[in-house]
Amino acid sequence: MASLKVPANVPLPQEDAEQLHKAFAGWGTNEKLIISILAHRNSAQRSLIRSAYAATYNEDLLKALDKELSSDFERVVMLWTLDPAERDAFLAKESTKMFTKNNWVLVEIACTRSPLDLFKVKQAYQARYKKSLEEDVAQHTSGDLRKLLLPLVSTFRYEGDEVNMRLARSEAKLLHEKVSEKAFSDDDFIRILTTRSKAQLGATLNQYNNEYGNAINKNLKEDSDDEYLKLLRAVVTCLTYPEKHFEKVLRLAINRMGTDEWALTRVVSTRTEVDMERIKEEYQRRNSIPLHDAVAKDTSGDYEDMLVALLGHGDV
Amino acid sequence: MAQTLDWDVVIDAISGKNVGMGVDEKALITTLGNSHKDHRKLFRKASKSFFEEDEERAFEKCHDQFVKHLRLEFSRFNNAVVMWSMHPWERDARVVKKALKKGDECYSLIVEVACTRSSEDLLGARKAYHSLFDQSMEEDIASNIHGSRRKLLVGLVSAYRYEGNKVKDDSAKSDAKILAEAVASPGEKAIENDEVVRILSTRSKLHLQHVYKHYNQIKGSDLLGGVSESSILNDALLCLLKPSVYFSKILNASLNKDADKGTKKWLTRVFVTRADHSDEMKDIAEEYNQRYGETLAQNIQEKIRGNYRDFLLTLLSKSN
Repeated sequence: MASLKVPANVPLPQEDAEQLHKAFAGWGTNEKLIISILAHRNSAQRSLIRSAYAATYNEDLLKALDKELSSDFERVVMLWTLDPAERDAFLAKESTKMFTKNNWVLVEIACTRSPLDLFKVKQAYQARYKKSLEEDVAQHTSGDLRKLLLPLVSTFRYEGDEVNMRLARSEAKLLHEKVSEKAFSDDDFIRILTTRSKAQLGATLNQYNNEYGNAINKNLKEDSDDEYLKLLRAVVTCLTYPEKHFEKVLRLAINRMGTDEWALTRVVSTRTEVDMERIKEEYQRRNSIPLHDAVAKDTSGDYEDMLVALLGHGDV
Repeated sequence: MAQTLDWDVVIDAISGKNVGMGVDEKALITTLGNSHKDHRKLFRKASKSFFEEDEERAFEKCHDQFVKHLRLEFSRFNNAVVMWSMHPWERDARVVKKALKKGDECYSLIVEVACTRSSEDLLGARKAYHSLFDQSMEEDIASNIHGSRRKLLVGLVSAYRYEGNKVKDDSAKSDAKILAEAVASPGEKAIENDEVVRILSTRSKLHLQHVYKHYNQIKGSDLLGGVSESSILNDALLCLLKPSVYFSKILNASLNKDADKGTKKWLTRVFVTRADHSDEMKDIAEEYNQRYGETLAQNIQEKIRGNYRDFLLTLLSKSN
């Protein structure tokens, strides 16, 4: 469930565009006005606002935002304003670049978006960057990481609910064998994780738990610093209980010495319209404090206001 | 009523020396259809490969072979029509499924579908696969193929290639260097190389043309000449770089009179799946002409009979 709060009577996109333009006018920027509009519009509405803005002022709203805003506030507003496919394409591109390398982003995009949404991301990626997501991921990874990440972004999983229990049992057994041999990058191990439908995988992993006494992630904690194993565990979580994964990312982002603003921004901007309510519940359950309170404690100014608004707690 | 039956005509309409495909339905109607039962007795006596004389009981027994042969030859038109009516995505999904079931020798069909279709058409085939078989194409292939070919085949069917006209020539050059080293290794080793799989399954076709050009410059020889004929690596390269050459070669093989049952079926598949793309069909016909000296239309006219022939020629003429 989304945490986004949209007013009952939404102004016309043209009006919103005019208000935003006013917010940019003159010395300084009216950040509160920007938040009061953009943080309370869904992606279809934001898209209409962008078109209206471009038609009226002959400028891409995003360019205007880039000129007027700065730092973490700018990043969260910019990412939020993009439509989901463009946003994911942008984040994916960033994650393959040398200084902003981040394999978690790729795992999140590949595993928590629906198969059709993942394809929209790939189309947006090709349109913007004139190459395919797969070729960039392939080129910028190697070894076990590539073995895992490339099929993960290339796959087009079946979306049906059908489950073959016989297959679930045999593949749970196979997974267990590989885990026992510590063959964590074995071809079949990766094949199962990267090609099976989410329903089938869910059944297989349940079987694993039933048969062998614990969830598979417990057996993947071999070396807690190993990047590959960390990603593998993230893949499993993202495919089965995404809200748990996002809760963890948020928890680590906020509790760190200082805050990992990029991780915080990423999770909030990508999940607000998807399953943020579930993530909030998970966070509260795990940390005994509401997410928006934790965020407010750890951030400040316009950045904090935007995040809290997206989490559904700002003034509407 | 005809006085005598020229049973050579009948035999020719069904099989005959110019062993072709299809059945001359019209000839059969006018001859066999019109025949007296004594004529048919002479026909059976003359067709020793289809009928066996049971002298003790004084009749000519029909071989299973006769029934099977007719069923096969009559069905070519039928199969072409069914395939032609299907949505292209369903056609391709079924081709891949069948190839997977048949095994080893048919993996080149998977390569063909993965590498000669546009990105949207391959995506469509993958969607159709979900709908028809309740699983994804890549999971079916991955769980049924093992060994060195799995990586390449899964990679090729999972591709969603960029189709625009931007190319980074430096990337192409470095990809060419990698290929040059990898292809030199013997046998199937090259396709076990992750870099080879990466290049072939993620790069755009335009980028691959640039890679091809650089490869040939580096090695001083043609990449397409240097890989052993019957390997999926060669098929993949040919399909990605010169699809009309690939198709003209398999058409030629299927029209060969010594072609086996499976190979003959390629004719229907190529025609039905490519006829909607008139530019490609034109290229294939030209390539065929250049390579083999005759036109495709001529060859079909000579070697194929009946409705099947007329259907193929009609599909072919759509591209003109």
